[in-house]
Amino acid sequence: MNNEQFNNRNVSEDGYFQVDIKDYPTTGWDKFKRVVQRTFRLELFVGLWVVLREMIVFNKHTISYPEEKMPIGPRYRAVHEMKRLWESDAERCIGCGLCEKICISNCIRIDTKIDENSRKEVSEYTINLGRCIFCGYCAEVCPELAITHGGEYENASDQREHFLLYEDMLTPIDKMKAGAQLEFEGFGAITPHEDERVKKTPLAY
Amino acid sequence: MDTAYLIETVIKVVVILLIFSALAGIGTYFERKVLAFMQRRLGPMYVGPYGLLQVAADGVKLFTKEDIIPTNVVGRIFKIAPVITAATAFMAAAAIPFLPSFTLFGYEVHPIVADINIGILYILGIMGVGLYGPLLGGMASANKFSLLSAARGAAVFISYEVVTGLSILAPIMMVGSLSLVDFNNYQIENGWIVFNMYGVGFVAFILFWIAAFAETGRTPFHLIANDHEIIDGFGTEYSGMRWGLFFIGEYANMFFISFVIPLLFLGGYGDGSFLGALALLGKVAFFFFFFLWTRAAWPDVRPDQLMWLCWKVLMPVAVINVVIAGFLMMF
Repeated sequence: MNNEQFNNRNVSEDGYFQVDIKDYPTTGWDKFKRVVQRTFRLELFVGLWVVLREMIVFNKHTISYPEEKMPIGPRYRAVHEMKRLWESDAERCIGCGLCEKICISNCIRIDTKIDENSRKEVSEYTINLGRCIFCGYCAEVCPELAITHGGEYENASDQREHFLLYEDMLTPIDKMKAGAQLEFEGFGAITPHEDERVKKTPLAY
Repeated sequence: MDTAYLIETVIKVVVILLIFSALAGIGTYFERKVLAFMQRRLGPMYVGPYGLLQVAADGVKLFTKEDIIPTNVVGRIFKIAPVITAATAFMAAAAIPFLPSFTLFGYEVHPIVADINIGILYILGIMGVGLYGPLLGGMASANKFSLLSAARGAAVFISYEVVTGLSILAPIMMVGSLSLVDFNNYQIENGWIVFNMYGVGFVAFILFWIAAFAETGRTPFHLIANDHEIIDGFGTEYSGMRWGLFFIGEYANMFFISFVIPLLFLGGYGDGSFLGALALLGKVAFFFFFFLWTRAAWPDVRPDQLMWLCWKVLMPVAVINVVIAGFLMMF
């Protein structure tokens, strides 16, 4: 195999064409001719017509924001959400602390304890939104798909440290019962048709 | 000079002052709306229906803003400069017949403050004096950008005075008078000056129109307050109502020049009928709209291109135009 086909840059003979720009005039007579041409070709009025057409067509591009909002993509990374398990409505978070570990702006604080059933339980979980850069690493690293990003971007606050508590992020139980929890499609989410690709754990050693 | 004349003149002055101060405000509203529509935006929408009261909001803001005189400025000149701009703009209006004369309660009103025999010369002269507003304002404020823009503005003004003066020479030769009322009456008999004398009038019209953009400092020649430096040129150091006076002066100037162009070239108010008056207002509206239109469509030219256009193109054309007009009138 030789490299000739890669070194040949002439992709096609008719695919390229020279832009029709004349050389800059050098002599006085040529400059004069160019001025006269530009004057009497009335190019200025083309621009006038374009803006007048836009005014008459009246097709506005403005979105008057508080009243109407732009649709955002499902992968949009706004304020975090904590998801519940579909099977049991229990919290998905197992308190592994990976999100706290990977957070590059150190805005996640997680504290766990052992509950009465000897299971690990999240006792404290806060995200300092004043520091969060919404990079999505926490959602990507989460092994349980528990912490994800949501679509709520209107999080203006009267102080810089706007903390997000675990209870606020958690899907409300009534919403969960109604089956209205939305899975996040962004960082860390399961790719489509993942069920078909998954293999049984090889237990028979 | 009897008392009735004096009272009449004072009333006219007050009416013109009030109407055109208000129009200057409404002109900003129209400018913002037209620019917005041409750029597929909405413009002011929230103050009043369709943002109509935006003008009032701007006025309240300008009036109640603190009047800052920065350190190192030449205080007196800094303070008087905006007044010069606004005052000269309104002084120029004295010789403009805004409407044909009409009868009000059995009293014949001439809607012109003073029909002086040097009308157009007076208007152009006073508009030329208006140059001192930006010039002194820019020189007095201790800011090098203000100074630069003032110098640039002065250069533009002085250059284009030449074109303005030369371009209206041919119409003046046709009419034989400087009064705008005489211009109007001449055009009743002989048709609009634009179409007169085998295109001489048309060339004069185009030249005057181009120069009007420089006189009012509008967009293709918007070099006095230059947007491309992201500062307001000579108005950089101004705040509150002093800056507002510059603004009022600029917009009043636009309105007055929009009156002068149709009066000089496009038949003015015609035979003085109601329809003629409406036609004049329509022409004025078109020329004012054109100022806004070009601002949306055209970019600014460079200062050197502006000077090139003035001295190497427009001025020779104007001179040749005058010469041709002279020959045509002689033979």
